[in-house]
Amino acid sequence: MKKLVIAAAISTLLSMPAVQAADYVIDTQGAHAFIQFKVSHLGYSWLHGRFNTFSGNFSYDDKNLAASKISLEIDTKSVDSNHAERDKHLRSADFLNVDKQPKASFVSTKMVPKDGANFDVVGNFTLNGVTKEITIAAAKTGEGKDPWGGYRAGFEGKTSINLSDYGIKNILGPASETVQLDLVVEGIRQ
Amino acid sequence: MQTEQQNNATKPKTLHYNNLSVSLHWLMALMVVALFALGFWMVDLTYYSSWYKTAPYWHKSIGILLFALLLLRLFWRFKTGKPEALASQNMKLQQVAAIVHMLLYLLLFSIVLTGYLISTADGRGIEVFSWFELPALGELFAEQADIAGALHKWFAYVLMALVAMHAAGAVKHHFVDKDATLKRMWWHKN
Repeated sequence: MKKLVIAAAISTLLSMPAVQAADYVIDTQGAHAFIQFKVSHLGYSWLHGRFNTFSGNFSYDDKNLAASKISLEIDTKSVDSNHAERDKHLRSADFLNVDKQPKASFVSTKMVPKDGANFDVVGNFTLNGVTKEITIAAAKTGEGKDPWGGYRAGFEGKTSINLSDYGIKNILGPASETVQLDLVVEGIRQ
Repeated sequence: MQTEQQNNATKPKTLHYNNLSVSLHWLMALMVVALFALGFWMVDLTYYSSWYKTAPYWHKSIGILLFALLLLRLFWRFKTGKPEALASQNMKLQQVAAIVHMLLYLLLFSIVLTGYLISTADGRGIEVFSWFELPALGELFAEQADIAGALHKWFAYVLMALVAMHAAGAVKHHFVDKDATLKRMWWHKN
């Protein structure tokens, strides 16, 4: 019985794809990654902001997208819309509630190839303690050796979320219910 | 004996606050109560309230003027001194009153300072009645707007408790003890 289990384990291992996805750490150290948001102001214009502190890593394999994955953790306190009073309000219980919910996160569950460099990243996004599945429309922007002896790969992604889905009451007016998220992710291969 | 009399003659005993001190006292009392009420009310204004921008603008402008008056008042207080304590009041009561007065000054100073630190954390100055702009010192410590904001609120609550105590004391002296405590903080002819 024991031998059978071991044999089964070995055969499983052998049947796994020969090419392993490479692991990357997102280059937050060098600030070559950005988590930005934009939300309508009164329906007339846009407000842009970003999260300054986050970390994450991903695995990526050009030949086997299905084996790729990404996870991100965002420090909600680091919200920055270039206005101290507004950022204070954004951190309060009216919006991000950072005292109780200091972290937001995204963990991918599957990758869906599309045409060319485009693909969808499906995963669980947690904000204000609420986890929902979202789809990020992503594309690879490039990869290759960097001038300092390393290897880098870069991606862009776009998605949008509704505030009310995450238990955040929209007090900014109907046009501001949807927040667009723009991600720029550059990873250094480990 | 002779010299003591001369000393008393050069520094005449007074039981009254001088008219400028009285004016400053009542003007600032009015401003402090108005600022508290305005501040308490404005933090819950909705984004679409027509007061959403004007209420904080007034609050900040009046607050900065209050600070200027506070400086003038302290200067005047040290220049002209303080009237003698009423003979009817015992030492212990005088000490309690002195501590409350000191705390009132200290809190007023701290509340204006923390208010300044909230609004100027991003390097933006404070506009005072479209009259002049008080320059910012920028972010002096991490999480400045949030920390200063919490202190601003709690200092204001403590100040209001002390103001209530201060006013209750004055009313009690006037109506129950029927002494001159309140009268000497009123305008008078020399």
